[in-house]
Amino acid sequence: MTRVVFLGGGVGGSMVANQLARQLKADVLHGDVDITVINQTPDHVYQPYFLYMAFDQAVPAEAHRPERSVLHPLVKLVVGEAERVDREASQVWMQDGTKISYDFLVIATGSRPAPELIPGLAEGGHIFYTEEGALKLRDALAAFRGGRIVVTVSVPHKCPVAPLEFTLMVRDWLDQRGMESAEVLYTYPIGRLHSLEPVAEWASRVFPTRRIQSQTFFNVESVDAENHTVTSLEGDTVSYDLLVSIPPHVGQPVIQRSGLGDAGGWIPTDRYSLLMEGSENIYVLGDATNLPISKAGSTAHFEADVVSANLINRIRGGRGSVRYDGKVFCFIEAGREEATYIKFDYQHPPQPQPPSSMIHLYKLAFNKMYWLSAAGIL
Amino acid sequence: MQAEPEPKVVDARGSYCPGPLMELIKGIRQEPVGTVFEVWSSDRGSAKDIPEWVKRAGHELVKNVEEDGIFKVQVKKMK
Repeated sequence: MTRVVFLGGGVGGSMVANQLARQLKADVLHGDVDITVINQTPDHVYQPYFLYMAFDQAVPAEAHRPERSVLHPLVKLVVGEAERVDREASQVWMQDGTKISYDFLVIATGSRPAPELIPGLAEGGHIFYTEEGALKLRDALAAFRGGRIVVTVSVPHKCPVAPLEFTLMVRDWLDQRGMESAEVLYTYPIGRLHSLEPVAEWASRVFPTRRIQSQTFFNVESVDAENHTVTSLEGDTVSYDLLVSIPPHVGQPVIQRSGLGDAGGWIPTDRYSLLMEGSENIYVLGDATNLPISKAGSTAHFEADVVSANLINRIRGGRGSVRYDGKVFCFIEAGREEATYIKFDYQHPPQPQPPSSMIHLYKLAFNKMYWLSAAGIL
Repeated sequence: MQAEPEPKVVDARGSYCPGPLMELIKGIRQEPVGTVFEVWSSDRGSAKDIPEWVKRAGHELVKNVEEDGIFKVQVKKMK
Protein backbone atom coordinates (compact mmCIF):
# COMPACT_ATOMS: atom_id res chain seq x y z
CA MET A 1 0.00 0.00 0.00
CA THR A 2 1.20 3.54 -0.81
CA ARG A 3 0.53 5.99 2.00
CA VAL A 4 0.31 9.68 1.06
CA VAL A 5 0.22 12.05 4.01
CA PHE A 6 -0.49 15.77 3.83
CA LEU A 7 0.78 18.12 6.48
CA GLY A 8 -1.64 21.04 6.18
CA GLY A 9 -5.15 21.16 4.76
CA GLY A 10 -5.22 24.65 3.28
CA VAL A 11 -5.76 25.29 -0.40
CA GLY A 12 -2.61 23.41 -1.54
CA GLY A 13 -2.98 20.34 0.66
CA SER A 14 -6.73 19.98 0.11
CA MET A 15 -6.48 20.39 -3.67
CA VAL A 16 -3.81 17.73 -4.10
CA ALA A 17 -5.50 15.29 -1.71
CA ASN A 18 -8.82 15.68 -3.52
CA GLN A 19 -7.27 15.29 -6.98
CA LEU A 20 -5.53 12.10 -5.80
CA ALA A 21 -8.71 10.70 -4.30
CA ARG A 22 -10.66 11.27 -7.51
CA GLN A 23 -8.05 9.96 -9.91
CA LEU A 24 -6.92 7.05 -7.75
CA LYS A 25 -10.39 6.15 -6.53
CA ALA A 26 -10.15 2.47 -7.52
CA ASP A 27 -6.73 2.12 -5.86
CA VAL A 28 -8.02 3.71 -2.64
CA LEU A 29 -11.11 1.48 -2.63
CA HIS A 30 -8.90 -1.62 -3.16
CA GLY A 31 -6.70 -0.58 -0.24
CA ASP A 32 -3.65 0.02 -2.45
CA VAL A 33 -3.47 3.76 -1.74
CA ASP A 34 -4.19 5.59 1.50
CA ILE A 35 -4.62 9.37 1.63
CA THR A 36 -4.50 11.26 4.96
CA VAL A 37 -4.69 15.01 5.58
CA ILE A 38 -3.42 16.37 8.89
CA ASN A 39 -4.95 19.75 9.76
CA GLN A 40 -4.51 21.83 12.92
CA THR A 41 -8.18 22.76 13.13
CA PRO A 42 -11.48 21.23 12.00
CA ASP A 43 -12.10 24.32 9.84
CA HIS A 44 -10.89 25.36 6.41
CA VAL A 45 -10.58 29.14 6.20
CA TYR A 46 -10.63 31.23 3.00
CA GLN A 47 -8.13 33.90 4.00
CA PRO A 48 -8.75 36.47 1.21
CA TYR A 49 -11.97 37.34 3.04
CA PHE A 50 -9.94 38.92 5.86
CA LEU A 51 -9.42 42.04 3.70
CA TYR A 52 -13.18 42.33 3.23
CA MET A 53 -13.84 41.68 6.93
CA ALA A 54 -11.76 44.76 7.79
CA PHE A 55 -14.32 46.84 5.86
CA ASP A 56 -17.30 44.88 7.23
CA GLN A 57 -17.98 43.51 3.75
CA ALA A 58 -17.68 39.89 4.95
CA VAL A 59 -18.12 38.07 8.25
CA PRO A 60 -16.18 35.05 9.57
CA ALA A 61 -18.98 32.57 8.85
CA GLU A 62 -18.56 33.21 5.11
CA ALA A 63 -14.86 32.31 5.26
CA HIS A 64 -15.21 29.03 7.20
CA ARG A 65 -16.25 25.55 6.18
CA PRO A 66 -15.53 22.26 7.90
CA GLU A 67 -12.39 20.77 6.36
CA ARG A 68 -14.21 17.43 6.31
CA SER A 69 -16.77 18.89 3.89
CA VAL A 70 -13.98 20.24 1.65
CA LEU A 71 -12.24 16.86 1.39
CA HIS A 72 -13.26 13.94 -0.84
CA PRO A 73 -14.94 11.19 1.22
CA LEU A 74 -12.02 8.83 0.48
CA VAL A 75 -9.51 11.20 2.10
CA LYS A 76 -8.93 10.58 5.81
CA LEU A 77 -8.75 13.67 8.02
CA VAL A 78 -6.73 13.87 11.23
CA VAL A 79 -7.34 17.05 13.24
CA GLY A 80 -4.44 17.86 15.52
CA GLU A 81 -1.05 19.49 15.92
CA ALA A 82 1.95 17.77 14.38
CA GLU A 83 5.00 17.84 16.63
CA ARG A 84 7.60 16.96 14.02
CA VAL A 85 8.48 15.09 10.87
CA ASP A 86 10.84 12.17 11.39
CA ARG A 87 12.44 11.72 7.97
CA GLU A 88 14.47 8.65 8.96
CA ALA A 89 11.39 6.75 10.05
CA SER A 90 9.17 8.42 7.39
CA GLN A 91 6.67 9.36 10.05
CA VAL A 92 4.80 12.42 11.27
CA TRP A 93 4.74 12.57 15.07
CA MET A 94 1.59 14.13 16.47
CA GLN A 95 1.55 16.03 19.75
CA ASP A 96 -0.89 13.48 21.17
CA GLY A 97 1.78 10.79 20.72
CA THR A 98 0.43 9.08 17.62
CA LYS A 99 2.74 8.46 14.67
CA ILE A 100 1.53 8.57 11.09
CA SER A 101 3.70 6.74 8.57
CA TYR A 102 4.08 7.90 4.98
CA ASP A 103 5.57 6.80 1.70
CA PHE A 104 5.02 10.27 0.24
CA LEU A 105 4.69 13.40 2.38
CA VAL A 106 3.23 16.65 1.04
CA ILE A 107 4.07 19.66 3.18
CA ALA A 108 1.58 22.49 2.76
CA THR A 109 1.81 24.18 6.14
CA GLY A 110 1.65 27.77 4.88
CA SER A 111 3.09 30.74 6.74
CA ARG A 112 2.13 32.96 9.64
CA PRO A 113 2.44 36.69 10.30
CA ALA A 114 4.99 37.30 13.06
CA PRO A 115 4.37 40.79 14.56
CA GLU A 116 6.55 39.80 17.53
CA LEU A 117 9.63 40.22 15.31
CA ILE A 118 9.15 44.01 15.29
CA PRO A 119 9.25 45.72 18.71
CA GLY A 120 6.02 47.58 19.48
CA LEU A 121 4.13 46.33 16.44
CA ALA A 122 1.70 44.04 18.24
CA GLU A 123 0.81 46.87 20.66
CA GLY A 124 0.73 49.75 18.18
CA GLY A 125 -0.39 48.28 14.88
CA HIS A 126 -3.42 46.68 13.29
CA ILE A 127 -3.03 43.52 11.20
CA PHE A 128 -5.67 42.30 8.78
CA TYR A 129 -3.75 39.14 7.86
CA THR A 130 -5.49 37.18 10.62
CA GLU A 131 -9.20 36.91 11.24
CA GLU A 132 -8.89 38.25 14.77
CA GLY A 133 -6.79 41.18 13.53
CA ALA A 134 -9.19 41.97 10.67
CA LEU A 135 -12.12 42.17 13.07
CA LYS A 136 -10.16 44.40 15.45
CA LEU A 137 -9.28 46.66 12.52
CA ARG A 138 -12.94 46.72 11.45
CA ASP A 139 -13.85 48.08 14.88
CA ALA A 140 -10.98 50.58 14.84
CA LEU A 141 -12.06 51.87 11.41
CA ALA A 142 -15.63 52.23 12.64
CA ALA A 143 -14.35 54.39 15.51
CA PHE A 144 -11.90 56.39 13.33
CA ARG A 145 -12.80 60.07 13.14
CA GLY A 146 -9.92 61.47 11.08
CA GLY A 147 -6.16 61.87 11.11
CA ARG A 148 -3.51 59.83 9.40
CA ILE A 149 -3.65 56.17 8.45
CA VAL A 150 -0.22 54.67 7.77
CA VAL A 151 0.22 51.36 5.93
CA THR A 152 3.53 49.51 6.33
CA VAL A 153 4.74 46.37 4.58
CA SER A 154 7.38 43.99 5.94
CA VAL A 155 9.30 41.25 4.15
CA PRO A 156 8.52 38.45 3.51
CA HIS A 157 4.74 38.52 3.49
CA LYS A 158 1.96 36.63 1.78
CA CYS A 159 -0.65 38.00 -0.62
CA PRO A 160 1.62 40.67 -2.13
CA VAL A 161 -1.20 42.83 -3.49
CA ALA A 162 -3.30 43.02 -0.33
CA PRO A 163 -1.44 46.05 1.13
CA LEU A 164 -2.13 47.99 -2.06
CA GLU A 165 -5.74 46.82 -2.15
CA PHE A 166 -6.26 47.84 1.46
CA THR A 167 -4.79 51.28 0.78
CA LEU A 168 -7.08 51.96 -2.19
CA MET A 169 -10.10 50.57 -0.37
CA VAL A 170 -9.48 52.55 2.83
CA ARG A 171 -9.23 55.79 0.82
CA ASP A 172 -12.68 55.06 -0.64
CA TRP A 173 -13.97 54.12 2.79
CA LEU A 174 -12.80 57.44 4.27
CA ASP A 175 -14.14 59.55 1.39
CA GLN A 176 -17.53 57.86 1.54
CA ARG A 177 -17.77 58.84 5.22
CA GLY A 178 -16.91 62.49 4.71
CA MET A 179 -13.28 62.13 5.86
CA GLU A 180 -11.72 63.48 2.64
CA SER A 181 -9.22 65.43 4.75
CA ALA A 182 -7.93 62.30 6.47
CA GLU A 183 -4.47 61.30 5.23
CA VAL A 184 -3.45 57.90 3.88
CA LEU A 185 0.28 57.16 3.75
CA TYR A 186 1.41 53.94 2.05
CA THR A 187 4.98 52.80 2.63
CA TYR A 188 6.92 50.08 0.81
CA PRO A 189 10.26 48.33 1.48
CA ILE A 190 11.92 48.90 -1.92
CA GLY A 191 12.37 51.92 -4.19
CA ARG A 192 8.97 51.71 -5.91
CA LEU A 193 5.37 51.14 -4.82
CA HIS A 194 5.17 47.42 -5.56
CA SER A 195 7.62 44.64 -6.34
CA LEU A 196 5.94 44.13 -9.73
CA GLU A 197 7.08 47.02 -11.91
CA PRO A 198 3.85 47.42 -13.94
CA VAL A 199 1.82 47.40 -10.72
CA ALA A 200 4.18 49.96 -9.18
CA GLU A 201 3.83 52.21 -12.25
CA TRP A 202 0.06 51.90 -12.16
CA ALA A 203 -0.04 52.72 -8.43
CA SER A 204 2.22 55.74 -8.90
CA ARG A 205 -0.24 57.12 -11.47
CA VAL A 206 -3.36 56.33 -9.40
CA PHE A 207 -2.18 57.41 -5.93
CA PRO A 208 -2.03 61.20 -6.60
CA THR A 209 -5.51 61.16 -8.13
CA ARG A 210 -6.84 59.53 -4.97
CA ARG A 211 -4.87 61.70 -2.54
CA ILE A 212 -2.74 58.80 -1.28
CA GLN A 213 0.76 59.70 -0.10
CA SER A 214 3.63 57.28 -0.37
CA GLN A 215 7.12 56.65 0.95
CA THR A 216 9.47 54.06 -0.50
CA PHE A 217 12.54 52.35 1.03
CA PHE A 218 10.68 51.95 4.30
CA ASN A 219 11.40 48.69 6.19
CA VAL A 220 9.80 48.87 9.62
CA GLU A 221 12.31 48.53 12.43
CA SER A 222 10.17 49.47 15.45
CA VAL A 223 6.88 50.97 16.52
CA ASP A 224 6.44 53.39 19.42
CA ALA A 225 2.89 52.57 20.44
CA GLU A 226 2.79 55.30 23.09
CA ASN A 227 3.85 58.16 20.83
CA HIS A 228 2.22 56.72 17.68
CA THR A 229 5.34 56.68 15.53
CA VAL A 230 6.93 54.05 13.34
CA THR A 231 10.63 54.01 12.44
CA SER A 232 12.30 52.30 9.49
CA LEU A 233 15.69 50.60 9.38
CA GLU A 234 16.59 53.22 6.78
CA GLY A 235 16.27 55.75 9.61
CA ASP A 236 12.97 57.52 8.82
CA THR A 237 10.22 58.07 11.39
CA VAL A 238 6.57 58.80 10.56
CA SER A 239 3.64 59.47 12.87
CA TYR A 240 0.26 57.81 12.65
CA ASP A 241 -3.22 57.91 14.13
CA LEU A 242 -4.02 54.42 12.88
CA LEU A 243 -1.25 52.03 11.86
CA VAL A 244 -2.11 49.15 9.53
CA SER A 245 0.88 46.90 9.26
CA ILE A 246 1.70 43.81 7.26
CA PRO A 247 4.18 42.03 9.57
CA PRO A 248 7.06 39.86 8.37
CA HIS A 249 5.96 36.26 7.93
CA VAL A 250 7.68 33.06 9.05
CA GLY A 251 7.21 29.36 8.38
CA GLN A 252 5.27 27.21 10.82
CA PRO A 253 6.86 25.99 14.09
CA VAL A 254 6.54 22.32 13.07
CA ILE A 255 8.98 23.00 10.21
CA GLN A 256 11.53 24.46 12.63
CA ARG A 257 10.99 21.64 15.15
CA SER A 258 11.64 19.14 12.36
CA GLY A 259 14.82 20.89 11.22
CA LEU A 260 13.47 21.17 7.69
CA GLY A 261 13.58 24.95 7.21
CA ASP A 262 16.05 27.80 6.89
CA ALA A 263 16.35 30.56 9.51
CA GLY A 264 12.89 31.85 8.60
CA GLY A 265 11.30 28.40 8.61
CA TRP A 266 11.07 28.17 4.80
CA ILE A 267 11.79 24.77 3.27
CA PRO A 268 14.49 24.61 0.57
CA THR A 269 12.53 23.36 -2.45
CA ASP A 270 13.40 22.57 -6.06
CA ARG A 271 11.73 25.29 -8.12
CA TYR A 272 10.67 22.91 -10.90
CA SER A 273 9.92 19.54 -9.28
CA LEU A 274 8.65 21.01 -5.96
CA LEU A 275 10.50 18.22 -4.15
CA MET A 276 12.17 19.22 -0.91
CA GLU A 277 15.88 19.60 -1.68
CA GLY A 278 17.67 16.33 -0.90
CA SER A 279 14.46 14.31 -0.77
CA GLU A 280 12.72 12.06 -3.28
CA ASN A 281 9.45 11.57 -1.40
CA ILE A 282 8.66 14.93 0.22
CA TYR A 283 6.87 17.56 -1.88
CA VAL A 284 6.43 21.14 -0.68
CA LEU A 285 3.93 23.66 -1.98
CA GLY A 286 2.39 27.02 -1.19
CA ASP A 287 3.84 29.48 1.31
CA ALA A 288 5.97 26.80 3.01
CA THR A 289 8.65 26.78 0.26
CA ASN A 290 11.71 29.03 0.10
CA LEU A 291 11.02 29.78 -3.59
CA PRO A 292 11.36 33.41 -4.71
CA ILE A 293 7.76 33.61 -5.87
CA SER A 294 4.60 35.16 -4.44
CA LYS A 295 3.21 33.59 -1.31
CA ALA A 296 -0.39 33.45 -2.50
CA GLY A 297 -3.29 31.04 -2.80
CA SER A 298 -2.97 31.02 -6.57
CA THR A 299 0.66 29.92 -6.32
CA ALA A 300 -0.40 26.98 -4.18
CA HIS A 301 -3.20 26.28 -6.68
CA PHE A 302 -0.88 26.04 -9.72
CA GLU A 303 1.73 24.12 -7.73
CA ALA A 304 -0.97 21.70 -6.60
CA ASP A 305 -1.65 20.70 -10.22
CA VAL A 306 2.04 19.80 -10.60
CA VAL A 307 2.34 17.90 -7.32
CA SER A 308 -0.83 15.87 -7.88
CA ALA A 309 0.12 15.00 -11.49
CA ASN A 310 3.55 13.81 -10.34
CA LEU A 311 2.24 11.87 -7.35
CA ILE A 312 -0.41 10.08 -9.41
CA ASN A 313 2.16 9.30 -12.09
CA ARG A 314 4.70 7.97 -9.58
CA ILE A 315 2.15 5.87 -7.71
CA ARG A 316 1.34 4.31 -11.11
CA GLY A 317 5.00 3.57 -11.74
CA GLY A 318 6.12 6.70 -13.58
CA ARG A 319 8.95 9.10 -12.76
CA GLY A 320 6.86 12.23 -12.04
CA SER A 321 8.32 14.55 -14.66
CA VAL A 322 5.84 17.45 -14.77
CA ARG A 323 7.61 20.73 -13.99
CA TYR A 324 6.24 23.83 -12.28
CA ASP A 325 6.80 26.91 -14.45
CA GLY A 326 6.43 29.47 -11.66
CA LYS A 327 2.90 30.50 -12.66
CA VAL A 328 1.11 33.00 -10.39
CA PHE A 329 -2.19 34.82 -10.96
CA CYS A 330 -3.55 37.52 -8.65
CA PHE A 331 -6.60 39.72 -8.70
CA ILE A 332 -6.02 43.29 -7.55
CA GLU A 333 -8.94 45.20 -6.04
CA ALA A 334 -8.53 48.79 -7.23
CA GLY A 335 -11.25 50.48 -5.14
CA ARG A 336 -14.27 52.26 -6.71
CA GLU A 337 -15.71 48.81 -7.42
CA GLU A 338 -13.06 48.04 -10.01
CA ALA A 339 -10.33 45.42 -10.11
CA THR A 340 -7.50 44.24 -12.31
CA TYR A 341 -5.26 41.18 -12.39
CA ILE A 342 -1.71 40.10 -13.07
CA LYS A 343 -0.22 36.80 -14.14
CA PHE A 344 3.38 35.81 -14.65
CA ASP A 345 5.79 32.89 -14.40
CA TYR A 346 9.56 32.31 -14.19
CA GLN A 347 10.01 33.32 -17.84
CA HIS A 348 7.29 35.88 -18.49
CA PRO A 349 6.93 39.18 -16.65
CA PRO A 350 3.42 40.43 -15.88
CA GLN A 351 1.56 42.61 -18.37
CA PRO A 352 -0.73 45.18 -16.73
CA GLN A 353 -4.43 45.20 -17.54
CA PRO A 354 -6.65 48.27 -17.05
CA PRO A 355 -8.99 47.90 -14.02
CA SER A 356 -12.67 47.29 -14.78
CA SER A 357 -15.88 46.65 -12.92
CA MET A 358 -16.16 43.29 -14.72
CA ILE A 359 -12.94 42.00 -13.16
CA HIS A 360 -14.15 43.21 -9.76
CA LEU A 361 -17.37 41.22 -10.21
CA TYR A 362 -15.35 38.18 -11.28
CA LYS A 363 -13.24 38.46 -8.12
CA LEU A 364 -16.40 38.61 -6.00
CA ALA A 365 -17.70 35.56 -7.86
CA PHE A 366 -14.39 33.74 -7.31
CA ASN A 367 -14.73 34.38 -3.57
CA LYS A 368 -17.83 32.16 -3.77
CA MET A 369 -16.34 29.68 -6.24
CA TYR A 370 -13.18 29.20 -4.15
CA TRP A 371 -14.62 26.09 -2.54
CA LEU A 372 -14.61 24.36 -5.92
CA SER A 373 -10.87 25.11 -6.16
CA ALA A 374 -10.17 23.59 -2.79
CA ALA A 375 -12.24 20.59 -3.84
CA GLY A 376 -9.81 20.19 -6.75
CA ILE A 377 -12.54 20.76 -9.33
CA LEU A 378 -11.92 24.33 -10.57
CA MET B 1 44.55 34.05 7.81
CA GLN B 2 41.01 32.72 7.99
CA ALA B 3 39.30 32.05 4.66
CA GLU B 4 36.18 34.10 3.93
CA PRO B 5 33.07 31.89 4.26
CA GLU B 6 31.16 31.11 1.09
CA PRO B 7 28.44 33.70 0.45
CA LYS B 8 24.84 32.66 1.04
CA VAL B 9 23.28 32.42 -2.42
CA VAL B 10 19.85 34.00 -2.89
CA ASP B 11 18.67 32.50 -6.16
CA ALA B 12 16.10 35.03 -7.34
CA ARG B 13 16.33 34.26 -11.06
CA GLY B 14 12.90 34.55 -12.68
CA SER B 15 11.49 36.26 -9.59
CA TYR B 16 9.12 39.08 -10.51
CA CYS B 17 7.28 39.13 -7.22
CA PRO B 18 8.63 39.47 -4.53
CA GLY B 19 11.73 40.05 -6.70
CA PRO B 20 15.46 39.92 -6.02
CA LEU B 21 15.70 42.94 -3.67
CA MET B 22 12.82 41.76 -1.47
CA GLU B 23 14.44 38.30 -1.38
CA LEU B 24 17.68 39.93 -0.20
CA ILE B 25 15.82 41.93 2.50
CA LYS B 26 14.19 38.69 3.66
CA GLY B 27 17.64 37.08 3.96
CA ILE B 28 19.12 40.07 5.76
CA ARG B 29 16.21 40.03 8.22
CA GLN B 30 16.77 36.43 9.20
CA GLU B 31 20.57 35.95 9.14
CA PRO B 32 23.19 37.33 11.57
CA VAL B 33 25.39 40.43 11.14
CA GLY B 34 28.47 39.65 9.04
CA THR B 35 26.63 37.27 6.67
CA VAL B 36 27.53 37.80 3.01
CA PHE B 37 24.74 37.24 0.48
CA GLU B 38 25.08 36.74 -3.25
CA VAL B 39 21.85 37.59 -5.05
CA TRP B 40 21.35 35.98 -8.46
CA SER B 41 18.95 37.91 -10.64
CA SER B 42 17.86 37.67 -14.27
CA ASP B 43 16.68 41.30 -14.10
CA ARG B 44 19.16 43.99 -15.17
CA GLY B 45 17.44 46.44 -12.79
CA SER B 46 18.81 44.51 -9.79
CA ALA B 47 22.34 45.74 -10.53
CA LYS B 48 21.06 49.25 -9.73
CA ASP B 49 18.16 48.67 -7.26
CA ILE B 50 20.09 46.49 -4.84
CA PRO B 51 23.12 48.81 -4.41
CA GLU B 52 20.75 51.75 -3.94
CA TRP B 53 18.93 50.06 -1.05
CA VAL B 54 22.16 48.65 0.43
CA LYS B 55 23.57 52.18 0.68
CA ARG B 56 20.42 53.56 2.32
CA ALA B 57 20.16 50.68 4.78
CA GLY B 58 23.82 50.90 5.78
CA HIS B 59 25.04 47.52 4.55
CA GLU B 60 28.12 46.90 2.37
CA LEU B 61 28.18 46.22 -1.36
CA VAL B 62 30.93 43.64 -1.90
CA LYS B 63 30.56 42.79 -5.61
CA ASN B 64 28.27 43.65 -8.52
CA VAL B 65 28.94 41.68 -11.71
CA GLU B 66 27.18 40.09 -14.71
CA GLU B 67 28.06 36.49 -15.56
CA ASP B 68 26.41 34.75 -18.53
CA GLY B 69 23.34 36.99 -18.36
CA ILE B 70 22.92 36.55 -14.62
CA PHE B 71 23.43 39.60 -12.41
CA LYS B 72 25.29 38.65 -9.24
CA VAL B 73 25.31 41.17 -6.39
CA GLN B 74 27.19 40.42 -3.15
CA VAL B 75 26.13 42.23 0.01
CA LYS B 76 27.45 42.04 3.57
CA LYS B 77 25.03 42.57 6.45
CA MET B 78 26.60 45.27 8.64
CA LYS B 79 24.06 45.90 11.40
